Formats: sequence, C-alpha cells, structure tokens
Amino acid sequence: MVYLDYAATTPTYPEAAGAMRPFQAETFGNPSGAHAAARAAKTALEEAREQIATALGAEPSEIVFTGGGTEADNLAVKGAARAARDAGRGDGVVTTTFEHKGVLAPCDRLSRDGFRVTRVRVDSDGIVDLDALEAALDDRTVVVSVMLVNNEVGTIQPLADVAGLVRARAPHAVLHTDAVQAVPWLDVAEASAAADLVSVSAHKFGGPKGVGALVRRGDVPIEPLIEGGGQEWGLRSGTVNVAGAVGMAEALRVTSRRRVEEVARIRPLRDRLAAGLAERVSGCFVNGDPARKVAGNCHVGFPGVEAETLLVALDRDGLCAAAGSSCTSGATEPSHVLEAMGVPRDAALASIRLSLGYASTGADVDTALVLIPRAVEQLRPAVSASR
Amino acid sequence: MTASPTRVLVAMSGGVDSSVAAALLSEAGHDVTGVTLKLWGGESDSGCCSAADVEDARRVAAQLDIPHYVFNFADEFDSRVVGPYVDAYAGGRTPNPCVECNRSIKFGRLLERAEALGFDAVATGHHARVSRDATGRWQLLRGSDLAKDQSYVLYMLGQPELSRTLLPVGELTKTQVREHASSLGLRTAAKAESMDVCFITRGGREEFVSARAGASPGAVVDTDGATIGRHDGVTRFTIGQRRGVGVATGERQYVVDLDAATATVTLGRRDDLLRDAVELRDLRFVDGVPGPTDLLDVQVRAHGAPVPGRLDGACVRFERAQPRVAPGQVVALYDGDMLLGGGIAT
Repeated sequence: MVYLDYAATTPTYPEAAGAMRPFQAETFGNPSGAHAAARAAKTALEEAREQIATALGAEPSEIVFTGGGTEADNLAVKGAARAARDAGRGDGVVTTTFEHKGVLAPCDRLSRDGFRVTRVRVDSDGIVDLDALEAALDDRTVVVSVMLVNNEVGTIQPLADVAGLVRARAPHAVLHTDAVQAVPWLDVAEASAAADLVSVSAHKFGGPKGVGALVRRGDVPIEPLIEGGGQEWGLRSGTVNVAGAVGMAEALRVTSRRRVEEVARIRPLRDRLAAGLAERVSGCFVNGDPARKVAGNCHVGFPGVEAETLLVALDRDGLCAAAGSSCTSGATEPSHVLEAMGVPRDAALASIRLSLGYASTGADVDTALVLIPRAVEQLRPAVSASR
Repeated sequence: MTASPTRVLVAMSGGVDSSVAAALLSEAGHDVTGVTLKLWGGESDSGCCSAADVEDARRVAAQLDIPHYVFNFADEFDSRVVGPYVDAYAGGRTPNPCVECNRSIKFGRLLERAEALGFDAVATGHHARVSRDATGRWQLLRGSDLAKDQSYVLYMLGQPELSRTLLPVGELTKTQVREHASSLGLRTAAKAESMDVCFITRGGREEFVSARAGASPGAVVDTDGATIGRHDGVTRFTIGQRRGVGVATGERQYVVDLDAATATVTLGRRDDLLRDAVELRDLRFVDGVPGPTDLLDVQVRAHGAPVPGRLDGACVRFERAQPRVAPGQVVALYDGDMLLGGGIAT
C-alpha cells in the first residue's frame, strides 16, 4: 500500500505507542485523585504537559488538553468570543473563507448567536488577503482566527503579518490560529508566537487520535464548552486522557527532534512527485502556491477526470489519497477551500490531495508516478466520451 | 445471473435488499465492491442517503469483507431528478422520481462510472430478475415476490443496460431476503422499508414543491367550466385524486383535469376520468417493439394490477376504458411476468 494521506492522519510512531502502553494497562489511575495510583498518572500527565509546552513555546499552565483539533478550535473560537462579549469588549469575529470546518462551523454558530462574523477572502494562491483582513478589523473585534497551514492545499499563512494588523486595528481581539497541519513542517513555537490561542492535534504528527491541545497564552479569557469537575483549569472538565496526552507528548518530541531533517528529506520527494505528474499527465495543474506550501503537500488536478472516480481507481490499486474534505459519510464534498481560492468548480472536482509524511519513501513516489498517470489515462476517455 | 462477471459494483442504499444483494453476489464468488450514493444534500428524514444509512451500508460491507465507497451524485440528482420532479408538479403532471433516478443515476451515471473503473456489472437490490433467452437476448422479469415486484420502475432498461445489470434478490421473496440477512447477522436485517420519496422532508410533497416552484393559486371548475371554488396551487393536485363530495350531486368528486398554464383544476365524476387510451413519451423497449395486434398486460401504477391493452405507435389502447393515467406516470408493458418496455404518460 502507498499511503499519501498524511494530512488526514499519520501512522502512530512506535515510540508514542510504546509510551502510551503502560497507561492503557497497569498505570490506570485517575490523575485527579489523592493516592499512589493517582499520583503516577498525574506525574505522567504533567510531564507530558511540560514536554508539549516546551515544544510549542508555552508554559505548562498554558496547555489545555482537549479531545482533538476540532475541540481545541471550538474552545478557542466560541470560548474566547463568548467570554469577550460577556465582558462587554465587543461582538466582532473575523476569520477566513478557507479555514477548517472546526473553525468555520463555530463561526457559523456565533453568527446565529448574534456575533458579527466576517469571513475574509483568500487569493488564488491560497493566502489570506491581508487588505481584506485589515478592513474587517475594528475595535469591537474580539476574536480573529487564521489558520497557520491550510489543510487542503498546504499553504502557510503570514501569521506574523496577521498579528501585526490585529494588534494595530483590533486591540481588544484575541488571535487564534489552527496549527493542526503545521506541526510536522514548521517550528510551531516560532511560527505561532504571535498568537494568543493555538490548536494542535496529536494524530497529525504521529500521535494517537482523540487527543489535542489548545495553547492559551497569558490567561486569555475563555468560557468553557464542557463543564464539570473543573479539570484543565476549568476550561475542559472531564478526566484527562492520560495515555493520549503521554502519546501526544512523545510524538511531539520525536517530531520536533527530526523535523528539520525530515522536511529536507520529504520536500524533494514531493517536488519529484509534482514534477513527475506534470510531465506524465497532460494538463496537470497544482492548487496553492508551490513556493508557500509545507513540504508534504501536493495538491494537483487532472482536467477531464473526476477526482471521486480517480480515488476509487487508485484505492483499488493500493494507493490512498484524498479529495475535498471528507465528511463523516465518506462522500467527497466539493472543496470549500478551492472554491474560496476561486478555483473553477470543474477544476476543483478534478483535484486530489497527495500528502506525504514521515514514513513516505522514494519508492512510494515511484509507485505513485506509475499508478496515477495510468489511472488518469484509463479514466479520461470514458469521461470525455460521456460529456 | 446467467452471466458470470467477475467484478461487480453493488449499489448499497443501507437497506436490507441491497445488503443481501451484495451478500449473495459475494457468496457466489464474484469480486464485489459496494457503493452508496449520496444523492441529496438537503434535509430529509425518510431519505436513502442519510448519514445513518451510509453507516449501515458501510457496516454491512465490512461484515461481508468487501470494499465500500460513497459516490456523491447530489448535483446530478438535483438536476436530473429533483428539478424535473418539481417542474412536473408545477406543470400539472405527476412524476415518478424513482424512475428518473433509475434512468439517470443508477443505470446512467453509476453504470457509466462503474464501466470507467473496469467493473463488469452493476447490481442493485431491486426485486426483479434479469434473464437471458435461448437466443442470448436479455430479459427483465418480475421479481419472484410479486407483492414486492419493482420491474415497473425499471421499464427503461434495454439490452445494453441489462447486459451489465445483476438483480440477485429478484429471485427471493422479501421474507427470504430478511431471513438471509438475519442468518448473516447483518444489521440491516430488520430495517423498515423506505416507502416515500427519499428527498421529501417532514413537511410533505406539497410544501417541498411549492417552496421550490412557488404557489400557483387558481380556480376549481366543474366539467362544464363553471367555477365552483378556489385552490392554493396546482402542485397540490394529482389527476384521479378524490376531492370531497359534489355540492349539487352528492357524488364523490375527482380531479379529472389540471391545466397548469391557467392554474385550473377540474373536478368531475369518476366516469369523467375514464379513457380508452393513453399517449406515451420516452418509449423504451427491452428487446424490440411489440406488434400492434399483440395483447399486452399494461400496468399503470407501481403496484396496480395489469389490464389488457395494445400498443399502437406511441399510444396504448385499453381493451376496456380505464381511469385516466396521470401525465408523468409510467405505463409499463408486460407479457405475463416479462417486461417488454413502456413509457411515460403524457
């Protein structure tokens, strides 16, 4: 099997799986308790918190464990907006048109709840329009959410510039960034330093599914979504997923240690994949500015081919890739990201995302360069004949 | 099932029939892949494409150890099934969306995609039987369970489609289908049947159609053209529908005519509905046109009893006058259990 869907999820690092194992078995204590079993779990949880804080450039007290990236996004966007409105600081929420649905859906919710929500346009390269962003900001803006790396086309957003505009134009606003896709590729501590709130998700960097974190710098006020026993500074009640937190910390440690060399190894593989497809498939085009993408992202289109059909053909050949954003039903929905970038609908429906990661090899690229052109060739006549 | 294709794509709705269709093909040794069609992006509660139904189909596929995909045909479904459905009601006709879905989606778009992907055949859970005569021509026969027979909604299938179609549950009764599903422990074994139009929401057909087509209020007249009342929109009426009791006569009243252009609904007696013939469009034949003298079994409703008639050009002439077939409804022609073809009443 050739797995080219690292942006969807990554295989768990053996180191992370190993680190988690005791906490799925003998070290079972509830970290909130006051006895030996509890202390063992609490110690592991706090060590994990410290490791994660260091890697993300935060204090341990600034790490809130969540059930994943989407929960972190929800907690940041809804939590900060509601807390700010309750404090009378304003009602404006500003985001972009091509955020992950973990941000867009909470923004829709806030809009229904009476917030003024502005979704700022992005350009055809897949970069937020800073002029439009500036125009959307005012002194009643309470939350600005701009992702660090787009999940579909992999483009890196100019977060420092965004932060500069926010500080100048919207002094009361909290800046959130969804950094879920950034961890394997960027030094998130540095790249997100200007943000008040940062979302990450363990399974995107070799950790387990079902655990993530929100970095909350400097006591930014947040209203919790989940209330109960007051765990995680009262921001996320419920017994913490100790094994998940330990696995996440270990995966982040491994990722941080290998990141520079991995990026240097994977970028040429991705470039060879993109160049090889361009050479072998007529009309092949790339979505998102190649110069401003993370090293693992190859988002390409093949005119005259339906991505949905192509993915089935590739799956039958043992190649895993993705298109659009998969909803829970498994149906391919037309990509809101490509639509936001102004990619014509036909081109969007002909586009697939190939995403590489830490276990990708040159042999994977070689195989993909055989399978994809062959599948496109096979599907093209049938499609054009029916049009 | 006389042919033995090796690669079969089974359309799995998440219901028991298509679950068992996949199971039977798998047991027969075919290389089976399941697919669920996402057809409707809007709200629906009886829908064949709700997230829960997709999950059921996926789970059954996993139990059968076959791959499963979801194809998003929502755009085509909207333009080729839902749009024409609304237009038909707005035009005073009574559409059959399942027929259009079979024609355009399952045995159109899906068959085309299956072919592009190298599948030899598409299978569905319809209760009908594909067979082959002595000369190698394909036939479509009523399902073994006559109470569940669905050959009527497959009237449009010709030789090219039938040669690539498998309908394995057509050989079974519904009871046998459920028993087979139970014996395999499939989670769809006891699932209720969907009876309604899959994209219609709780508000019902009238609300759905008027939301998309707008209301067209007008006059209710009697068969002499005298106005006897007003109505909220022609989309609310179907020819043959009973509408209360006549004020003067005390007889039951029926909708005998609909004129969408003037938004006029004509009520009359049951006898006013009787017709000797019905004109058809979109004529399709399984294997050639029946002769003008052949006495055919004519079926004008999905589960109605056939009546005798003959095909004369694009016109079916009944042996005895029949209540008018609402324009837009399928008229299917049979010789006993064998489907010959059919068309849409104009």
